Amino acid sequence: MMLEVKNITKSFGSLEVLRGVDFSVNQGDVVAILGPSGSGKTTLLRCMNYLETADSGTMVFDGVSYDLSHTSKRDIGIIRKKTGFVFQNYNLFRNKNVLNNVTEGLIIARKIPKAEAHETAVKALEKVGLGDRLDYYPYQLSGGQQQRVAIARAIATNPEIIYFDEPTSALDPELTGEVLSVMRNLARDGMTMVVVTHEIGFAREVSNRVVFMDGGVVAEEAPSHEFFEHPKEERTRQFLRIISGN
Amino acid sequence: MDLQSLQVAQESFWRIFSAGVTKTIPLTVISFIGAMILAVSCALVQYANVWGLKQFVRFYIWIFRGTPLLVQLCTLYFGFPNLGIVIDAWTSAVIVFALNCGAYCAETMRSALESVPLGQLEAGYCVGMSWFQIMYRIVLPQAFRTAFPPLFNTLISLVKDTSLASSITVPEMMTQGMRVTGRTYEFMAIYLEVGLIYLLFSTVLTKLQTWGEKKLKTYENK
Ligand SMILES: Nc1ncnc2c1ncn2[C@@H]1O[C@H](COP(=O)(O)OP(=O)(O)OP(=O)(O)O)[C@@H](O)[C@H]1O
Ligand SMILES: [Mg+2]
Repeated sequence: MMLEVKNITKSFGSLEVLRGVDFSVNQGDVVAILGPSGSGKTTLLRCMNYLETADSGTMVFDGVSYDLSHTSKRDIGIIRKKTGFVFQNYNLFRNKNVLNNVTEGLIIARKIPKAEAHETAVKALEKVGLGDRLDYYPYQLSGGQQQRVAIARAIATNPEIIYFDEPTSALDPELTGEVLSVMRNLARDGMTMVVVTHEIGFAREVSNRVVFMDGGVVAEEAPSHEFFEHPKEERTRQFLRIISGN
Repeated sequence: MDLQSLQVAQESFWRIFSAGVTKTIPLTVISFIGAMILAVSCALVQYANVWGLKQFVRFYIWIFRGTPLLVQLCTLYFGFPNLGIVIDAWTSAVIVFALNCGAYCAETMRSALESVPLGQLEAGYCVGMSWFQIMYRIVLPQAFRTAFPPLFNTLISLVKDTSLASSITVPEMMTQGMRVTGRTYEFMAIYLEVGLIYLLFSTVLTKLQTWGEKKLKTYENK
């Protein structure tokens, strides 16, 4: 077990968004998190990377246990350096070109020598098919290209796990394909991934486990084929009916 | 205005112009550097929501934006000696201009910082950068880009506002002009001349602004 979270709770004011979420990820897993809008998927990912502070809950990461509501700055730094995060709206550094978007975390945060960082970054960018766009600025790229740069930025730091929060939701339909195919390649290479998505086809094909969230709890969790072929919960069946449009 | 007025203007030109070069410009540059240091610190304190310091900064900005520059100059130069604190005219002028201009620039910088999407800060955290690293390398450069035109406007105002230092005996351009008029009574010629030299300085700055804005366009979405 590489990552295990237990009993995460989080409220915004009087709104209870996470009401005791448990789930775990094994090395090499691709976990898809599905669920209706507002069920807490984004909040869950953000709590695991401390972009939000959970009200309570524990996380075991690489065999070390952390109290999610009271993790020290130092430990947060350690965990963040072992994880990658891909946002719905890319969040590229707008004042940096493609190459420097990727090298920033290597040179500045990890103190890797420039030449080595450069080489790592170019490799990561080639992997996402953008080896020829090194000196472009974000505004010169399509949404799909920007998201691929964001993925390159995440993989360049060689993380143990990458969290994706609806990586294709902000994209025009004709651009989702290129991002999904990059993610498919990552999965094939054995990258451990947690992907919040509404792309059922992608989840079905690429993920090996599905976590279905509803109302701030995990309503159902199962290996993918089982989840899609024989959903146990009525809520799950309903959700799958709606999302597949019949 | 007759030939004699023009002659007085001509004779006094170097005296006034050199006061501009040796007094007005250094006063502007030094004060503006001080103002920018203050402005960035104050803007960061507010952006990071540092309790206590933030209230202090709000108070400072309130005072210096809410009272006339001339009153601030007179208070420090003429008023403080009553408290036993004597500061020479030049230093008083630098302090007041830096504080006053800093208050305005702090507000400009704060709104510029807030205009940088928060997602980039979060993305910076996620690749392992610290708050200061993200501020210095990602957020501040973009904020400066946004703030550049309004900051430059403030700088141009400052050049002209330094003429107020004449009221506390700093021998800058306006002071020199007044001295010449006191002797020659050529008010129209001399004040026109002083005005034209200020206009020259402002024009140079405006050109610099246009040039700078073009230089900063590299990553702009337009
Ligand atoms: N910073 C915040 N302050 C207040 N409320 C918030 C905040 N972030 C999220 N929420 C609320 O928490 C609830 C869950 O949000 P979350 O973004 O986790 O849902 P989600 O499952 O990711 O939904 P979606 O599929 O629409 O992205 C929503 O009702 C949202 O309005
Ligand atoms: Mg979401």
